[in-house]
Amino acid sequence: MPVQCSNCEQKRAVLKRPKTGHSLCKDCFFWAFEEEIHQTITSAGLFNRGETVAIGASGGKDSTVLAHVMKLLNERYDYGLKLLLLSVDEGITGYRDDSLETVKRNQQQYELPLKIVSYEELYGWTMDAIVKQVGLKNNCTFCGVFRRQALDRGAMMLNVDKICTGHNADDVAETVLMNVLRGDIARLRRCTAISTSSEGDGAIPRCKPLKYAYEKEIVLYAYFKKLDYFSTECIYSPNAYRGHARAFLKDLESVRPSAIIDVIHSGETLSVKEGVKMPVQGTCSRCGYISSQALCKSCVLLEGLNRGLPKLGIGKHHRLHGKILAQEPLTEQEERKLKAVDF
Amino acid sequence: MAAPLGLHLEFGGGAELLFDGVKNHHVTLPDQSNPWDMKQLLAWIRGNMLKERPELFMQGDTVRPGILVLINDADWELMGELDYQLQDKDNVVFISTLHGG
Repeated sequence: MPVQCSNCEQKRAVLKRPKTGHSLCKDCFFWAFEEEIHQTITSAGLFNRGETVAIGASGGKDSTVLAHVMKLLNERYDYGLKLLLLSVDEGITGYRDDSLETVKRNQQQYELPLKIVSYEELYGWTMDAIVKQVGLKNNCTFCGVFRRQALDRGAMMLNVDKICTGHNADDVAETVLMNVLRGDIARLRRCTAISTSSEGDGAIPRCKPLKYAYEKEIVLYAYFKKLDYFSTECIYSPNAYRGHARAFLKDLESVRPSAIIDVIHSGETLSVKEGVKMPVQGTCSRCGYISSQALCKSCVLLEGLNRGLPKLGIGKHHRLHGKILAQEPLTEQEERKLKAVDF
Repeated sequence: MAAPLGLHLEFGGGAELLFDGVKNHHVTLPDQSNPWDMKQLLAWIRGNMLKERPELFMQGDTVRPGILVLINDADWELMGELDYQLQDKDNVVFISTLHGG
């Protein structure tokens, strides 16, 4: 009944790899998992010797495994990188405070410096306060936009060369599906890129070393290594749109495990016709951080919160950007459309 | 006639929230003429342990895709999945990858 490891043929296999179908024992699985990430890092040329790299750390399984493996490979293969942990505190009671405790423990366990930036400190708004204004619908938009910029700003404070995040194969495939469903060509091209380019001033390149690692393997790696990670659902996200893409993808995976890599491959190979207008990267005229519009999304959402018009930035209101920039008052009709609606 | 089965169940990755927030459970399955297998265990869990929203854990006769199952620390895909026949003192772990935030 027990299955032997198909690699060493000595020990009992503990998992069947979804990517290859191989049955591996713990040690062979650890080695295969780590070596594949190393292969991803070297073939994509993600890092250069001497660079300082910030690991986006949330306390969850992906960033915990990422921090563990990055430290391990940095030592095993002498990448010559200086690693540190960068966390964002969204200000969600009962969720982020607990997960940050996990990151602080990771800091001790892995002996990596830790920097925490908070929404309250950067934007003056905690996620709890945002949800009070916006309601339970659409609040993920604020959180996602703010977190992305917060990570950039935290990385600039630390003066790092690169940011790496724990996005895994399942995450990337989910994003491909969501962008296909939304018909968002610009994001479809960007979401499969393993690293962002460093063109333009002030943008710190990001990369995803776990891009080809299946979530099942990340979970089992963390479990067998007994890594300390936090796994509670965000209290504001139960209705997040991504949950539907995720459930669909898991159903696909149970039918054919290679579906996840196949979806990523499809996203990578999608081509856009010549002449299709694509967003151009620039900087925000108000805060100076990266933006493809005159006013970046963070500033639009923040202006909406500060004016008591949270729907600003949700939906299409580009015509109002000029007024916002000039700090002009909006007409009563314009304001009514942007006020939160009670359900 | 078989004796009652003692099992250790563990829920992680957020799945414990469906089971009173408790990760570790010791359960005793009643005596029955046919050997207990995983399919019957899941039906028993649904009937006896799942207080609310069983659809977050079960899909048809099996666990929802995205929930990993380990039997004695080995992937249940290697052990026969629903057909695995449980033994006394087996350890069954359910880890959810569906929760996120």
